[in-house]
Amino acid sequence: MSILVFADSANGAFKPTAAELLGKATALAAALGTTVTAAVLGDAPAASLGGLGAAKVFQAAGDFSNYDNGAIVDALAAIVAAANPTVILAPASYIGRDALPRLAARLDTAMGSDCSDLKVEGGVVVGRRSEFAGRAYADVSISSTPAVFTVRPNTFPKPENNGGSAEVVAVDWSASTPTVSVVETLAPEATGIDLSSAGKVVAGGRSLKSKENFDSVIRPLGAALQAGVGASRAATDAGYAPHNEQVGQTGQTVNPQLYIAAGISGAIQHLAGMRTSKVIVAINKDPDAPIFQHATYGIVADLFDVVPELTKAVEALD
Amino acid sequence: MKIGVCAKISPHADARIKIKSDGSGVDTAGEKLVVGDYDEYAVEEAIRTKEAVGGDVTAFSVGPASDEKLIRSGALALGCDSAVLISGDDAEGAGALGTAKLLAAAIKEAGCEVVFTGKASTDGGSSQMGAMLAELLGWAHVSQVTEFALDGGNFKATRNMDAGVRQIVSGSLPAVITCEDGLNEPRYPKLPDIMKAKRKPLAKKSAGDYGVGAIAPTSNQSNYAPPPPRPPSRIIEGDAASAASELVRLLREEAKVL
Ligand SMILES: Cc1cc2nc3c(=O)[nH]c(=O)nc-3n(C[C@H](O)[C@H](O)[C@H](O)COP(=O)(O)OP(=O)(O)OC[C@H]3O[C@@H](n4cnc5c(N)ncnc54)[C@H](O)[C@@H]3O)c2cc1C
Repeated sequence: MSILVFADSANGAFKPTAAELLGKATALAAALGTTVTAAVLGDAPAASLGGLGAAKVFQAAGDFSNYDNGAIVDALAAIVAAANPTVILAPASYIGRDALPRLAARLDTAMGSDCSDLKVEGGVVVGRRSEFAGRAYADVSISSTPAVFTVRPNTFPKPENNGGSAEVVAVDWSASTPTVSVVETLAPEATGIDLSSAGKVVAGGRSLKSKENFDSVIRPLGAALQAGVGASRAATDAGYAPHNEQVGQTGQTVNPQLYIAAGISGAIQHLAGMRTSKVIVAINKDPDAPIFQHATYGIVADLFDVVPELTKAVEALD
Repeated sequence: MKIGVCAKISPHADARIKIKSDGSGVDTAGEKLVVGDYDEYAVEEAIRTKEAVGGDVTAFSVGPASDEKLIRSGALALGCDSAVLISGDDAEGAGALGTAKLLAAAIKEAGCEVVFTGKASTDGGSSQMGAMLAELLGWAHVSQVTEFALDGGNFKATRNMDAGVRQIVSGSLPAVITCEDGLNEPRYPKLPDIMKAKRKPLAKKSAGDYGVGAIAPTSNQSNYAPPPPRPPSRIIEGDAASAASELVRLLREEAKVL
């Protein structure tokens, strides 16, 4: 009996979701009177997860650098067989949507996707998640074992690694699932900041009117704040910003501390990708724009006047 | 080629979302229902695949018997050749895994070699069905696909991954493909096709028709509520420069995010 955290990694380093999920798992395990274990695919430093609360780490060796959902599911299934967890936590990233449901089906168990909270109630872990593009929230509980939950990145605080070390168990696995091969990876234009895990995001909409304006008005504020840059679909469709920067139901889901929406109306599909942001700032010249109903702070004005001033004010901070 | 597509009937994006007073779910009575946004791309891709390589398309859906009309107008009228609608309390309440078991059994029975699904439903939005189906069928799968082409028994697909990374992948059939926004431009039905769709075969099935064992849901949803209220918004007045510096002050001192 344990909570198994899938500690996702790339290029030998853990992603931020690993610390986030281990931190939450530690709190849930304390409430349940159980322990935390972790699953690692590839060669990331498994023992170091002890410093984030993992009592034992199950590591499947292999080259996972070319994303392959068959190998991921086969290796995770072997880890689950060795770890025998009651709960599995994983990030609600691509792997969480692509590989985890397949793992759940193999384990003949149910899954709660893209949770925005987890709690212990009646001796079990219960997830809270949104439905209908964020317009309703519901608790999801799972009676089959192990209960699988994926969690939206940036939902929980990331604990500091206290330097502890965990016992590492090497798990053998073999490939059995039909796979696809990667022909080519198309990396996005380098922006440097991964939107889905960015702590701050500055986004612009149709109102920017051109790529030049987007680049000269929105991006400098992003740079001043060291924020990720996002855009509405109207802006990406018009070519003001690349598609990989689209935020929303069909773009990326962001969950930052600060989201600044400049000249974005706040369509339901846009809100679906950013409404859980902690602080939302809306800059829009229409006082009735729906975005103001979700904003923490609003400025009713022309963004071409306000955003450059905001960039200056941020740059002036010590 | 036998082509399959899974399509779920769900509330239109503009439908009102009324939470039941006991929090047990969402009441969509009287609201406009349609084939889900992403499932529309799946239906279109299935039809385009038929147009490219020949064969026929079967649409599969789990939902109330009243969904028949919408499957006819949202799938058969567009070019799917037949449909299977699995209804009944146990099927409709089966949860994602149970639904996947029913769909997998129906797909096996139909002998499909490729199946398209939406990347997520527009109601629950769990993004589980495609990958679960592939596992139950023992097939390869590719999620969040924005380009797809068949070449004999092989396919090439482009998938949308994290942080804007896209990958071109290749594989062999049979496979499940989950469809992302932008994969294609779904067509509209033409009036004569809507009439013709009324006579296309639609098999009405129940869970009992498929010997798939336990489909009772092991996931349970409760405590439905509207999104957590956000603190009332505060409008900052003044000219551009003073509003900007006041905002920065509030973000730093009040919200503590700078
Ligand atoms: C299936 C589907 C999926 C979708 N997915 C997404 C998605 O993932 N992400 C997404 O964003 N959208 C998505 N959309 C589109 C969505 O419905 C909206 O059309 C889109 O978000 C609008 O973008 P916008 O706010 O930039 O433009 P608009 O709605 O046109 O709003 C522009 C806003 O800018 C304001 N404005 C104009 N000029 C200025 C100025 N000078 N200064 C200040 N304010 C100004 C206006 O008052 C207005 O509020 C989707 C739609 C569908 C049907």
